Amino acid sequence: MEKLNFAFDGSIAPGASMPVLVGVVGSGNLEVLAEPQANGGHCMVEVSTSAHGFGAIWEAVLRDFHERHGFADVAISINDMGATPAVVSLRLDQAAARLGSPGARQ
Amino acid sequence: MKYSFAESTARERVEHLVDAGSFSEILGPVERLVSPHLAQLDTPCSFDDGIVIGRASLQGRRVLVAAQEGGFIGGGVGEVHGAKLVGLLRLGLADRPAAVLVLADSGGVRLHEANAGLIAVSEVMRALLDLRDAGIPVLMLIGGATGCFGGMGLVARCADHVVMSDVARLSMSGPEVIESAQGVEEFDSRDRALVWRTTGGRHRFLSGDCDALVEDDIAAFREAASAALAARRPLTLETLEREHALLAARLDRFGDCADALDIWARLGIADAARVVDLDVAALRDIARID
Amino acid sequence: MEWNRGRQARAARLQRAAERLGERLRGKRVDGADAVELLGTVIESGDRVCLEGNNQKQADFLAQALTQLDPAQVHDLHLLQSVIALPSHLDLFDLGIASKLDFSFSGPQGARLAKLVGAGRIDIGAIHTYLELFSRYFVDLTPKVALICAQSGDADGNLYTGPNTEDTPAIVEATAFKGGIVIAQVNEFVDTVPRVDIPGGWVDFVVPAPRPHFIEPLFTRDPAQISEIQVLMAMLAIKGIYAEYGVQRLNHGIGFDTAAIELLLPTYAESLGLKGRICKHWALNPHPALIPAIEAGWVESVHSFGSELGMERYVRERSDVFFTGPDGSLRSHRAFCQAAGHYACDLFIGSTLQIDLAGNSSTATLGRIAGFGGAPNMGADARGRRHASPAWLKAGAEARQGRAQSMPRGQKLVVQMVETFREHMAPAFVETLDAWQLAEQAGMAIPPVMIYGDDVTHILTEEGIANLLLCRSAEEREQAIRGVAGYTPVGLARDRRMVENLRDRGVIRRAEDLGIDKRDATRSLLAARSMRDLVKASGGLYEPPQRFRNW
Repeated sequence: MEKLNFAFDGSIAPGASMPVLVGVVGSGNLEVLAEPQANGGHCMVEVSTSAHGFGAIWEAVLRDFHERHGFADVAISINDMGATPAVVSLRLDQAAARLGSPGARQ
Repeated sequence: MKYSFAESTARERVEHLVDAGSFSEILGPVERLVSPHLAQLDTPCSFDDGIVIGRASLQGRRVLVAAQEGGFIGGGVGEVHGAKLVGLLRLGLADRPAAVLVLADSGGVRLHEANAGLIAVSEVMRALLDLRDAGIPVLMLIGGATGCFGGMGLVARCADHVVMSDVARLSMSGPEVIESAQGVEEFDSRDRALVWRTTGGRHRFLSGDCDALVEDDIAAFREAASAALAARRPLTLETLEREHALLAARLDRFGDCADALDIWARLGIADAARVVDLDVAALRDIARID
Repeated sequence: MEWNRGRQARAARLQRAAERLGERLRGKRVDGADAVELLGTVIESGDRVCLEGNNQKQADFLAQALTQLDPAQVHDLHLLQSVIALPSHLDLFDLGIASKLDFSFSGPQGARLAKLVGAGRIDIGAIHTYLELFSRYFVDLTPKVALICAQSGDADGNLYTGPNTEDTPAIVEATAFKGGIVIAQVNEFVDTVPRVDIPGGWVDFVVPAPRPHFIEPLFTRDPAQISEIQVLMAMLAIKGIYAEYGVQRLNHGIGFDTAAIELLLPTYAESLGLKGRICKHWALNPHPALIPAIEAGWVESVHSFGSELGMERYVRERSDVFFTGPDGSLRSHRAFCQAAGHYACDLFIGSTLQIDLAGNSSTATLGRIAGFGGAPNMGADARGRRHASPAWLKAGAEARQGRAQSMPRGQKLVVQMVETFREHMAPAFVETLDAWQLAEQAGMAIPPVMIYGDDVTHILTEEGIANLLLCRSAEEREQAIRGVAGYTPVGLARDRRMVENLRDRGVIRRAEDLGIDKRDATRSLLAARSMRDLVKASGGLYEPPQRFRNW
């Protein structure tokens, strides 16, 4: 398993209560857990993935996710079993919708 | 809107099965009670170890609910997963809910954690029977794509009441295992019509191993579960002996049948081959083994 | 000078067969047990032999018989066939019976084919698209012998090819009318065929085979396997292209992506008020996934290349939609359906394995020679077309927008639909197609490209739609492609400013730009989510083959 960690500067507080969990850890799929975490407005992301060597792509996907939603003081934890960026983005946006993100309907 | 039970995740099933907003999760993903064994095997974990447990209400009555996630390692029972299920069942003795609902979606013991899983399954059976003994009904709701196999299949038949959809399957040995052990002539696991004829909801209903047959619809499961809240089968020597007699009679009457089609024909069903195409509602009207 | 040698040679071969078989030749009928001897008598070394290896059906008994010839007697055959499907097809080369090959598609045999080519055991003339190969049967690749398969045949040689007529009429026409010999294996020998698909006068020998000829259900897609991403892409196709251009006449390439589109018509497309405005006429095999749309009244006509196992009864009962004979069964015809797809359809949409920065699309991969099938024809602009339609005119106008005044013309919509990453995270977008390396490896004259970038009008991924018609330079085209290539290396290397600009101009349109909420892309939008749903939708008329029965 490869563990990756990312931090982003957020500005938007989630509109709904947490924790929120979407997805299932099946082949080509992932689960995304979003919890409150007071951290100076940051959005911390921790990824545990069975697919090695895709750190740069995770960074790009998460950066774009953060540009869409910009959550602050949220911790996102991911268990991934080889999902493509398409599925990762979809799950992240599904989680964002549950968090009542205005950016979810961008 | 119709929610397919089979296509929903465990969490979605619980959400739409119980009274809206009534579910309160116990030992949820935030607790991160993950499997210690999977990490050692470099296999992905799930925050809830593939099972959702908690309290809820059904038609205003208090219930406990456990739902296995068939999409995570085939719903296999591992150490933590099993402990959560055992814990929930034992909680029932203290909580005394109207019923405990188990949404089984599992291939049985999680092979990655074989010993722990096996122990857990036996503890589940013990806890389930304790609940029944205490007069609290246990309802098995089986409707996932994985089915209810192995140790969970045995657990299912220990319960008071079994509800299955017609796409669901309930058995002990899985199709591939039967084929490996008995040979492909005896059982071709790739013949999916055969697999469903042998282990599917329709056959289980007609042969008496399942109490209620429903459409693949969470609302239908909710309705069947609500109706079964009063369905208790007291755990007495008498009921056990009656069950044994029933099984012996069944074996006597159908033991020489080679295929479910033969059993259905012998049950007196006019066009046995059409059973698989009938609507669930139509099937309910057919005489079954009592 | 001798001007009728072909005629004389043909008579000589038939005479030889009559003498060799004696009483075992009853009119045109030859028993299966005598098939090898028949072939050995009428076929000569160096002959061009067309062996019916169609996309779906195979003259497998005759192929097997052919492998039993003595290569010392019959060798260096030049095989012409649409599809290399069976092991026996390539055994002919291993055995030294055949040495040259012209074909279109090789699918499952692609790896072995590459090995045989590498070992110098096969000389490939060329890889064609189907219609192109049939065309050459009438010019420079006329078969001397055609080995075909049919459902049934009678004493006069009349053949019933039925629902799976496929390539047979084209093959037989070319062979029979240029002094060739036509030998058919049939599933049954009957007194009267249900309808005459191939007239007896065109057929020389009828061989009842011990088993029904091989047929595969290649176009059946289990809805249970369609993913959310595929549903999203189908929504993009329907709203972003079909609705946009008013596509009434189309062909779908094989795959789950297009099956998702078919299953979204009665639901998503219906909710957009598109019924009657799109998808009325199809050049398409009888896809089970189209059943819900047909039942909901979307479809006026379907002409098919071949049939699809399990759909026979459904087709019979929907004769208003499908092409059927007076006997009630489907009549398919690959050559005419390919022509229909080329000239009479406004859109082709299909999937691919790789796309480069110019939009060239290829399914070539190293170590496999797979060929093209029908895609190059379906996915090509029909420059000979003259009749107008709204979709065709709009596409042609977009291609010429802002250009110096030129002759107005239409253009066919050719859409390549692909997820940015394939299995094992292999990117679908690349700087250089594997086709270049394959060409070198296999000694091909040019890289095997399935659809050229010039013909591609739109590229659709889960990231959105790139409209290449609106691109005005190679650089714009490259950035438009990078703009929908997502997180692949090609996508990550995009010029962000240019891509933003292209999006502002509508050259790139993302789901949000089309008013599509990605979270609506769930499987519950599919009109059928399982094989059982399809059977139900057909009122029990659709009878899926055993391997698809999962209830």
